[in-house]
Amino acid sequence: MMNLSRSVALISLFLLPLLSFSFSVDNPTDRRVLVLLDDLSLKSSHSIFFSTLKSRGFDLDFKLADDSKLALQRYGQYLYDGLIVFAPSTERFGGSLDSKSIADFVDSGRDLILSADTSASDLIRGIALECGVDFDEDSSAMVIDHSSFSVSDGDHTLIAADDLVKSDAILGKTKIEAPVLFRGVAHSLNPTNNLVLKVLSASPSAYSANPSSKLSSPPQLTGSAISLVSVMQARNNARVVISGSLQLFSDRLFRSGVQKAGSPNKYEKSGNEQFATELSKWVFHERGHLKAGSLVHHRVGETDEPAIYRIKDDLEFSVEILEWSGKSWEPYVADDVQVQFYMMSPYVLKTLSTDKKGMFHTSFKVPDVYGVFQFKVEYGKLGYTTLSLSKQIPVRPYRHNEYERFIPTAYPYYGACFTTMAGFFVFSFVYLYHK
Amino acid sequence: MGGKQDPTANGSPKSESMGAKKASPDLLNSSFSFKSLKLKTKQQELLLRVSILGLVYVLAFIARLFSVLRYESMIHEFDPYFNYRTTLYLTEKGFYEFWNWFDSESWYPLGRIIGGTLYPGLMVTAALIYWTLRFLRFFVHIREVCVLTAPFFASNTTIVAYFFGKEIWDTGAGLVAAALIAICPGYISRSVAGSYDNEAVAIFALLLTFYLFVKAVKTGSLSWALGSAFGYFYMVSAWGGYVFIINLVPLYVLVLLITGRYSMRLYVAYNCMYILGMLLAMQIRFVGFQHVQSGEHMGAMGVFLLMQVFYFLDWVKYQLNDTKLFQTFLRITVTSAILVGGIALGVGTASGYISPWTGRFYSLLDPTYAKDHIPIIASVSEHQPTAWSSFMFDYHILLFLFPAGLYFCFKRLSDATIFIVMYGLTSLYFAGVMVRLILVATPAVCLISAIAVSATVKNLTSLLRTKQKVPQTGSTKGVGSSKSSSKVTLDQSQPFQKNGAIALLVGVFYLLSRYAIHCTWVTSEAYSSPSIVLAARGAHGNRIIFDDYREAYYWLRQNTPTDAKVMSWWDYGYQITAMGNRTVIVDNNTWNNTHIATVGRAMSSYEDEAYDIMRSLDVNYVLVVFGGVTGYSSDDINKFLWMVRIGGGVYPVIKEPDYLVNGEFRVDKGASPKMLNCLMYKLCYYRFGELVTEYGKPTGYDRARGVEIGNKDIKLEHLEEAYTTSNWIVRIYRVKPPTNRL
Repeated sequence: MMNLSRSVALISLFLLPLLSFSFSVDNPTDRRVLVLLDDLSLKSSHSIFFSTLKSRGFDLDFKLADDSKLALQRYGQYLYDGLIVFAPSTERFGGSLDSKSIADFVDSGRDLILSADTSASDLIRGIALECGVDFDEDSSAMVIDHSSFSVSDGDHTLIAADDLVKSDAILGKTKIEAPVLFRGVAHSLNPTNNLVLKVLSASPSAYSANPSSKLSSPPQLTGSAISLVSVMQARNNARVVISGSLQLFSDRLFRSGVQKAGSPNKYEKSGNEQFATELSKWVFHERGHLKAGSLVHHRVGETDEPAIYRIKDDLEFSVEILEWSGKSWEPYVADDVQVQFYMMSPYVLKTLSTDKKGMFHTSFKVPDVYGVFQFKVEYGKLGYTTLSLSKQIPVRPYRHNEYERFIPTAYPYYGACFTTMAGFFVFSFVYLYHK
Repeated sequence: MGGKQDPTANGSPKSESMGAKKASPDLLNSSFSFKSLKLKTKQQELLLRVSILGLVYVLAFIARLFSVLRYESMIHEFDPYFNYRTTLYLTEKGFYEFWNWFDSESWYPLGRIIGGTLYPGLMVTAALIYWTLRFLRFFVHIREVCVLTAPFFASNTTIVAYFFGKEIWDTGAGLVAAALIAICPGYISRSVAGSYDNEAVAIFALLLTFYLFVKAVKTGSLSWALGSAFGYFYMVSAWGGYVFIINLVPLYVLVLLITGRYSMRLYVAYNCMYILGMLLAMQIRFVGFQHVQSGEHMGAMGVFLLMQVFYFLDWVKYQLNDTKLFQTFLRITVTSAILVGGIALGVGTASGYISPWTGRFYSLLDPTYAKDHIPIIASVSEHQPTAWSSFMFDYHILLFLFPAGLYFCFKRLSDATIFIVMYGLTSLYFAGVMVRLILVATPAVCLISAIAVSATVKNLTSLLRTKQKVPQTGSTKGVGSSKSSSKVTLDQSQPFQKNGAIALLVGVFYLLSRYAIHCTWVTSEAYSSPSIVLAARGAHGNRIIFDDYREAYYWLRQNTPTDAKVMSWWDYGYQITAMGNRTVIVDNNTWNNTHIATVGRAMSSYEDEAYDIMRSLDVNYVLVVFGGVTGYSSDDINKFLWMVRIGGGVYPVIKEPDYLVNGEFRVDKGASPKMLNCLMYKLCYYRFGELVTEYGKPTGYDRARGVEIGNKDIKLEHLEEAYTTSNWIVRIYRVKPPTNRL
């Protein structure tokens, strides 16, 4: 029994970097989530959001952010698979939690939903900064938009945003018709960080300023540079959602109707619920989660993987890619998976064809260059887990006996060779015995 | 310490044997009645000669065992590790696998076709010795065979030197040459036990080829020429220095042609040797078609064609009895031959069929060429121009005996002495250009010096003997030296001739004994260090051994993934693959300058720029050699400017002046900011600022350069220290994966 568990642990340890998924390889959704609140009343004011999570099988553990017993891990094991921080005003977490341990939590492959709000604390800003998101430095600033606000309220800080990222993986297949209501702080993305992206952007007329005071200088953040909700997928495929508004997840905005200023369409219900639900599905790996088997390659007509290829060999390459549907592993279907045959630069770049059963394959000829090559599959489709697989394989030149033995163009030389030999023999014979 | 006595001991029997040798032909002619006595003398002479040669043979071997006694039976330096690794592969996998070996562990990701880029002679030789010993049921390890290959071939070289000396002068000179070459430091430096390098067998092959060729020219025999061709084949298979043969031999032939020494013997010897040697050499993959395609080999072909023209003219001259007609014919033929040859060469070079001379060849002819054009050649310490002191160090008295020998050679000019004179002069020039070519000059210097010693001693002893023999005529020896005595009696008038001769003889033996002492001292002190294990004297005179290299390589072997890629400066590439069994980016086979420049660029860039380069090469570990703690001066910081130069030669973003302050290379506070923050500096001096290396000095005092370092607070961002050896000589860093969230 002991042995078995150890070997299981070993195997999972082995698979960890491969699948970048630490908890349950087979079933990534059934998970425990810690919810940190700065006020327990949030539990009721955001109950719809939490209950949708619960109904999808999440085990939510509500704690106050300054609870002195807070801990993410015990004896080196993480107690939770996901973390929701709905505590924008918390200056310090209780227990052993701080921004570094949350960063470590993400680096271990676990997921995070972080929501700030106006007057977000430095702690929350710090965590966001770790994930490549800069909140507006002015703590009293809010996103103001004089053209695409929600008419119902008449308040220009309640934004009706409909500039959503076009990704079925992140926001689901059903289009979110109604605008998403947003009231909160603006943030921008770190331009050097290419892992973070805007999910909900502000309209070009938006800007970030303190609504209660007169604008004395041009605002720092303006237009579509402002992100309202962003997501980040780390290299180990841990997912993070960062929202500038806590209200976005609230029952009130979930329920409220919406009509964007200047638009004739009036919606009974805002897009918030759908948006939040779909986003939570993505962040907790219910969607867009891919898993790849190992890269398989062999010469045409063989089945075993060779230790080395020869130049100009014909080879077949295949890889199995599966997608997690939320309940089971389904074959992933796409026509844009590519393989590189790579040595400092790709010598062969081929799009893999799929058999719709999850197997992607292609065949090509090894280039006429020897060296240590790699099969590389770098698949980074928006919203999906990044697949970065590589396998090293040396390619050797011809052996001494693999060259063509008799080349037609060389026949004159062969002829010359043999006639010389024959001629020499005849000459010697004549010279020696003809007198 | 047997080496000290032997050459001097050899001196006296030698002179006797010479006398005896001289005696024999006269005896054959004159005395029939002393038949039994005559045989006895011959036997004596033979016995002496054989025993001297045997002693020299053994001496040459044991003088080279200092390194094994001082350290252990191990492979030395850098290149020998590659040779050892390939030999191991050869003995394990067999010849065909070796021949077709594609090594994916070096030059990642380019790889290297080992079979096509090495001279297999050494490996095949060692493997044959190994298999022979196995067959004879001596179960030795291949490493022992490799370690002892060089001394074994040095012993064989003495035998060849004996025959060569005999060929160009006489047996006495041969014996002296054998004794001189057995312990000459210039040769020992490359052939101590453990220095398992191409030169170890190549000098033997070189001398053998020359000997057989001289023999062929002397006899005009096809079989000697054939032997010479096979000697040449062995040389080609063993060392790139064969280019010296293929240029010296035609040059020699040309000189003979010009001096009017053309003969049928020369024609047979050269043509046979050239054609067969060329065809055989083409069998070596690394050499391939160079004999017909490379500019360096064109001289030999030109002389070959010239030879045919000569022969043809000879024949025409024989056919035409009219001298006037022949003169016209000669003019036409010579002009057209030169014209055709010139056009062929021009067209061949222009079309690219004949490759121009390589940089190495240029740098041989012009010592300043490499410095300006090819930093990678100039950076190697053994490619530096030779200092006078190293001539003195490596040749000792031979340096004075060499001109004397030349004098004797010119005095008795023959085809053979012309050859040795040319060999001596050309190789000595090359020895002046490059330190390591002292090795090539050594046999010539030994042979010519041996002529000087032998001729002097012979003259002096014959002087002594005639004086003695005057009263006691009738003895065999008296009869033997009758010829020389008759010569001497002419100038008998000179007073104190005998005393002077005795004094001179004593002087010669004194010099020879000094030579023996010097050679032994040099061998034990300077040339027996394996350079992979360093030794130093402690404060109390005790020996301290730094075994950091092997410590680091074994750490790599045991603690890193098997497919890990290690980046280091190319000097350590062979050792890392051989001892650490890990893939390296560049190694001592400097065939791809761009790849080396990329590593040089990474080492001389800032850490984040270097990180991108390392990522693109899939580097997992970086290894640097650092001598700041031990005072070991040939470390990476002292080599650093070469990295900058080589890197800057390909990537102009790297500029040498950025690393210098007023043209000065420094590592202390006054160093340039780029220097203080480049990757190499950071990796060498990481955590060094906390360390006190010497009593009474501040922390971070670099003992190799004698300064306090300028940047003590080094932070690494993309790398982390993985291992540092006990004396800090080798430091290994792990390259971190990219940060998770950025």
